[in-house]
Amino acid sequence: MSLSQFIPFLPEIFLAVAGFTLLLAGISLGKRGARTLSLLAVGSLAVSAVLIWAVGRPAGGPHTILGGMLFVDTFAVYFKLLTMTASGIVLLMSAGYLERSEYSPGEFDALILFATLGMMIMASGANLVSLYVGLELMALSQYVLVGYFKLELKSNEGAVKYFVLGALSSGILVYGISLIYGALGTLDLGEIRAALTVTHTANWTLNLGIILVGFGMLFKVAAVPFHVWTPDAYEGAPTPVTAFISVGPKAAAFAMFLRLFLGAFHPELAQWRIVMWVAAAATVIYGNIAALTQDNVKRMLAYSSIAHAGYALIGIVAGTVMGLWSVMVYMLIYTFMNLGAFGFVIMLETRGYAGELVSDYAGLAKRHPGVAAGMLIFMLSLAGIPPTAGFMGKLYVFSSAVEAGYVWLAVIAVIMSAVSLYYYFRIVVEMYLKDGEADEPAALVQDRWLDAMIGVCVFVTLAIGVYPAPVVGIAQSGMHALGLG
Amino acid sequence: MIGAMHYVILSLILFVLGVIGLMVRRNFITVLMSLELIFNAANLNLIAFSDRLGNLSGQIMAIFIITVAAAEAAIGLGLIIALERLKRTVNLDDANEMRG
Repeated sequence: MSLSQFIPFLPEIFLAVAGFTLLLAGISLGKRGARTLSLLAVGSLAVSAVLIWAVGRPAGGPHTILGGMLFVDTFAVYFKLLTMTASGIVLLMSAGYLERSEYSPGEFDALILFATLGMMIMASGANLVSLYVGLELMALSQYVLVGYFKLELKSNEGAVKYFVLGALSSGILVYGISLIYGALGTLDLGEIRAALTVTHTANWTLNLGIILVGFGMLFKVAAVPFHVWTPDAYEGAPTPVTAFISVGPKAAAFAMFLRLFLGAFHPELAQWRIVMWVAAAATVIYGNIAALTQDNVKRMLAYSSIAHAGYALIGIVAGTVMGLWSVMVYMLIYTFMNLGAFGFVIMLETRGYAGELVSDYAGLAKRHPGVAAGMLIFMLSLAGIPPTAGFMGKLYVFSSAVEAGYVWLAVIAVIMSAVSLYYYFRIVVEMYLKDGEADEPAALVQDRWLDAMIGVCVFVTLAIGVYPAPVVGIAQSGMHALGLG
Repeated sequence: MIGAMHYVILSLILFVLGVIGLMVRRNFITVLMSLELIFNAANLNLIAFSDRLGNLSGQIMAIFIITVAAAEAAIGLGLIIALERLKRTVNLDDANEMRG
């Protein structure tokens, strides 16, 4: 292994160094430096993105580096840039929020960078060792971020619950990995795929291993029946953290999911497909039904994110080329629409946990028509109504299921999307048709950065909804890396 | 003669014990011990297979798992200390602010 193999890894190395630097800068700048620090963090993400463009591209076709540990391919670049963009938006959204809070911003920004580093490794891992280490780097940073408001009981409780179940899921995942290693004698994704293509012996340790790895991944994407941590972690976490864990880590977990199940384990499709079918159907049904009765907006969005994980799982059940790129497109669309919706939750949250109830949105359209209109766009998109991006995302995923012959799954998902209209429109009804209560709620947070980021999300949500072809093209170029089709 | 299957059965027992412990026990420290049981079940598998297969990558994976499990335990203890300061408890059932 020559030193030149490290060159495509430079974006990750830079981000790690930047994270440690931010920790030190956070100590010297203190609380007043919230905006400077998040600008520094976003700056390092931008430099890292430029480095990906400069040295991290698969110039000579897809290949692996560092002794077969990491892929350099367009699939990795797609998910790396997606998760980095999500982290950048969260960092800019959270600067004002952290300024208003009593907690120091340095560690927050550094932890987001470390989690992003983990997600980048998950997007490019070519070996179960590197995938596991990337996953844990992301997960450990997330546990701390959820418990970041350490003097708030809710934040703490959310973190402890998330930790216990998250660690259990990692345990299940590594146990599955150990069984796969025992059956095939390798941890390399390419070799696993090759071994599975050749041998067709019924081997219970191998099948159990694949199913356990699947359970671990279903935990990470918050699919039923492994979703129990989600509502508590989402509600308890500081809102920018909720926004963060609902998008970036979910996209990275789906990247790893696709690498494993549509890449390495694809020859065993017939064995694991039924498990994913049941999980996808249960997730879509349970997520949407449970969201109906939620009065807390963060909790409602938590169940909504469970439902969206279910929609994306449908693409994995399809197991086809279209299933693959439709999941990639769906994750991008979901990232922007969900971040936008959480941006408005941050805006309404003037202090502590106030402004989180659905009833807090009453009469918003009269007082702040712009805010209400923006929220309306994200609610339409999450519900999947044209001409927003959410509609296109669902269209692709559902048609991939129909194309693969899973019509019933698509039918369940469409019916449940109709159910989801009810809870998304509860907020719309509150905003447009109800009058605010007699006591005027506290003024909205004035934060230009937050406004700008929401603006970006509105733009992307509408642009992809009207003209999705470029994104689909990029995703389709990424899928070739996995050797499908 | 002890074969690879003996190790798998032993590790499966450890794994199931760990999962049951994690679900049934409500004391956070016991939960952390159950977690270690799960991780070490996987380690036992990896090392036994590595020995049988004459292939080192399983042992490398085990070293990474030990390292990550240590970091995980450190974070878990940190979280429970924060909870203990607020609520004077390490029992998970007492942390039940949020419902639904």
